[in-house]
Amino acid sequence: MTIVDTLEDGPTCDQDRLADLLQPVLARHGSDPLRLLQILRDVQDDLGYLPPAALTSIARAVGLPRARVEGVAGFYAFLHLVPAGRYRVLFSDNIIDRMLGSEELLDRLCNRLWIEPGKVSEDGLVSVDRTSCTGMGDQGPALLVNGRPLTRMSAERIDRLAELIRAQAPLEDWPAEYFAVEDNIRRRDVLLGTRWPAGEAIGAAIARGEEALLAEMSASNLRGRGGAGFTTHVKWESARRAPCREGSRARYVVCNADEGEPGTFKDRVLLTAHPDLLFDGMTVAALAIGACRGLVYLRGEYAYLLPELRATLEARRRSGLLGEAICGRPDFTFDIDIHLGAGAYVCGEETALLESLEGKRGVPRNRPPFPVSEGYLRQPTVVNNVETLCKAAVIAIRGGDWFAGLGTRQSTGSKLLSVSGDVDRPGIYEYPFGVPVNQVLKDCGASDAQAVQVSGPSGTCLARHEFSRRIAFEDVPTAGAIMVFAGHRDMFEVARNFAHFFAHESCGFCTPCRVGTALVARCMDKIANGHGSQYEINEIFRIHRLLHAASHCGLGQTACNALFDTLHKFRPAYERRLRSLDFEPGFDLDRALAAARQMTGRDDPAAHFEPTPAGGR
Amino acid sequence: MSNSEPSVRPATRRCLATTSLAGCFGCHMALLDIDERLFELIERVDIDRSPLTDIKRCGRCDIGLVEGGICNAENVHVLREFRRQCKLLVAVGACAINGGLPAQRNHLDLGQCLQEVYLTGPGIVHGQVPDDPELPLPLDKVHPVHEVVRVDYFIPGCPPSGDALWKFITDLLDGRTPRLGHPLLHFD
Amino acid sequence: MDARSLSIDGLPVPFDDGQTIMDASLAAGIFIPHLCHHPQFTPQGSCKLCTVRANGRYVSACTMPASEGMEVESNTPELNDKRRTMLQMLFVEGNHFCPSCEKSGDCLLQALAYELEMLGPHFPQFYPDRPVDASHPDVLLDFNRCILCELCVRASRDVDGKSVFALSGRGIGKHLIVNAESGRLADTDFSLADKAAHVCPVGVIIAKRRGFAVPIGQRRFDGEPISRRVDWLARRRADDEEEQ
Repeated sequence: MTIVDTLEDGPTCDQDRLADLLQPVLARHGSDPLRLLQILRDVQDDLGYLPPAALTSIARAVGLPRARVEGVAGFYAFLHLVPAGRYRVLFSDNIIDRMLGSEELLDRLCNRLWIEPGKVSEDGLVSVDRTSCTGMGDQGPALLVNGRPLTRMSAERIDRLAELIRAQAPLEDWPAEYFAVEDNIRRRDVLLGTRWPAGEAIGAAIARGEEALLAEMSASNLRGRGGAGFTTHVKWESARRAPCREGSRARYVVCNADEGEPGTFKDRVLLTAHPDLLFDGMTVAALAIGACRGLVYLRGEYAYLLPELRATLEARRRSGLLGEAICGRPDFTFDIDIHLGAGAYVCGEETALLESLEGKRGVPRNRPPFPVSEGYLRQPTVVNNVETLCKAAVIAIRGGDWFAGLGTRQSTGSKLLSVSGDVDRPGIYEYPFGVPVNQVLKDCGASDAQAVQVSGPSGTCLARHEFSRRIAFEDVPTAGAIMVFAGHRDMFEVARNFAHFFAHESCGFCTPCRVGTALVARCMDKIANGHGSQYEINEIFRIHRLLHAASHCGLGQTACNALFDTLHKFRPAYERRLRSLDFEPGFDLDRALAAARQMTGRDDPAAHFEPTPAGGR
Repeated sequence: MSNSEPSVRPATRRCLATTSLAGCFGCHMALLDIDERLFELIERVDIDRSPLTDIKRCGRCDIGLVEGGICNAENVHVLREFRRQCKLLVAVGACAINGGLPAQRNHLDLGQCLQEVYLTGPGIVHGQVPDDPELPLPLDKVHPVHEVVRVDYFIPGCPPSGDALWKFITDLLDGRTPRLGHPLLHFD
Repeated sequence: MDARSLSIDGLPVPFDDGQTIMDASLAAGIFIPHLCHHPQFTPQGSCKLCTVRANGRYVSACTMPASEGMEVESNTPELNDKRRTMLQMLFVEGNHFCPSCEKSGDCLLQALAYELEMLGPHFPQFYPDRPVDASHPDVLLDFNRCILCELCVRASRDVDGKSVFALSGRGIGKHLIVNAESGRLADTDFSLADKAAHVCPVGVIIAKRRGFAVPIGQRRFDGEPISRRVDWLARRRADDEEEQ
């Protein structure tokens, strides 16, 4: 259904019909400016994109300046300010999807549909483009159609997809197996290998009491599973002690389910297989810090999980695990709401996530103050990763000493790893912390690995001689991604894919990251296009040093890590592409004359540049 | 040379070349603004290819000064010759450094520009895009010098003052890393 | 009040509670390069020109609270090299043609480039296509020169109460927009009397019919480099931007 008819002079929009359509969405969200991102998502679901008139109406309804609303809409990759087609196909563009043939499939689909990538078909039917990793690395190549994930794409499926789109078949009528998302749990340890009845952790936490619960958390030495590894109980203690703003008693528990690090998908599996354990963990955290409200920030790519998660929340309300007097304790009131992201990796950074939760552009805040003292709505807030909260629930049940007995001294408990790439058995592997990388490789069937990218593009690239290193905060820390590259893979192309990822995902707030990531992506393209020299390699190092030091947040600080690592460990992958010892232009000189040749009709020798011989002139 | 005093800078004459690419020759005019210091300059350098000497090909040189950006095929050939022949290449002036005024055509489509200027513009009858092989073809975009060859130094200004040029050149000749402080350093 | 102090490049600098490193340095007459900071507005910390090392860690001076005994390094070759690189990034990101810019000589970006001896842009130019908005009767918007400092955003929102400006897009595509469905400044309630009309550190928001009024040689930074204008930087207020 669409009210936007594409006419010759562009899209038009009937004001009255627009108001009729916006009204239910605005009513559903109480015209709350804090829910602006959710409103924009829902309006786009109805209209296919966000026409200027809709932004004006929304701005008026929520009481924000129109420019602010447009600024939010313009920030998120999944929101469109111009028509993007009734079928919006987005190929997951992680290097793992590419290794599984995503680029060939993208070309194939574009050929079948007679369109160019990134452009909308002339009839407004369809657009095909790329998006950052959709979290299906164990079952790619993956793509999204109107926000819904499709997995295990093949040439046959792509051909069928083209037919379905041309026939304008509604998504509900597409083969259900295209939308199947598997858990692929390959190794279970204490978390995945145990059944955790809903509410058990809350009962245990209430029985212990808040002080004892925090003592167990302290004894467990649980550290954040989202990558940074901050000690969870310190966060909880700080948020519990931090004063609320005057006239308020609100504290918040926020679950970071914005699992955007390319190659990571363990939170998706936890959200699918153990949602009650997660909500138990949030409720336990709420008890510990005195929060009455919880928010899950779910990445837009996982929007398909929303109905199931909402049903789980509803069931918990019915059984007294959410709402007032939880588990019979009269003074314990807590409820959970789910917000959806809309395609912005930076929102995985906790303060950017809070901004996004407040309906704003997902720009990381200045710190201090930290979220534990001034978080959501400037109130004390704990932001924890999905896996961390699940672990906290387990600690509430089993106790801190038990947990600390697993793993290593500084990295207690177990860790879920998302394993993908050149392995026989991609999927989720749970190990006690401290497992050597080569053990993981053996278990997943990676017989010919030359490199392992640990913790995604912002993490560490390990070469073969480092495979005895251990997954732990003491050695190789990780948020959970293990991407494996076999001997025949081109590590330059791996790094180039990562460089483009960061350029695409930079929020643009600070100068070094905004411009630096774009410059690095250009350097890598220049090398890839055969115009590279030692000059570009020096440039990458120079920009790396700047971004590491001066970027506003972790995104910029780590944006060149993979390039730095691969330049050290796989330098020949770069060097074999270099064209000369000296500097080369970044563009093709002869092609730069093509427009003039066409206009003048000239083709004499002076109308061309000789290609420069490789290796200097 | 082998038995010369190692701590004393050799007083050999150096060789200098200059050229103007997509520029207005304003930077060359500014070089003449060093006035009577020109006599000192020619005491210390031989001037090879330059509009000042009317020498058309550049020999081996110590310093090459390039004014103007790169807007056509001939600019590229001259620039490459300078880079090949000059030990130090200096981009002089706003146009050499960021394309300057000519680069303000970069957001326009070259084909449409030529069409409007030679074929469809007001008052044109029987228009024709010039196609004489003697004429260098324009590039689709104007580029600063450092996007086409490696550049060792930059002297900004539109134009840089005679004093700035003199300071920079004498720094180079005297073996100091050239510096332009206030008020010699300006972009306009 | 206790006399509390930190050190900047070895010099003792007093500060009051709630002050940032930048506040303390401006009050003490010590120059730390900055673009997006303005004493009248909430610190933002986006340009990163004021990156210093505080007790060894890289921080933005404009947002980092001062603390007792903090040792700040600012005027070092390493930090100035990083600042110069960031200036070069700002120059190539936009279309900065100083010779034809009304703001030349009075521009903070340019003045900082002089201060840090930025002789060339080093990086390849992006040459973005950013149309000029000349729709407003009194004000020209030349987005080509925008460095995304958000001073106009803050001034219009926090002082004028109009929110005429905002940012949209992200990454290298981030850009300034105005508060109108048409996207034209003429269709907003913007006025030359707004504070936001006078805070642009570069040449984006330009009063019409006043260009090049001050002769070369008498412009703000013709006489003295920006590092000697700390007193002016410190007491800047949006309403005296027009003064020399």
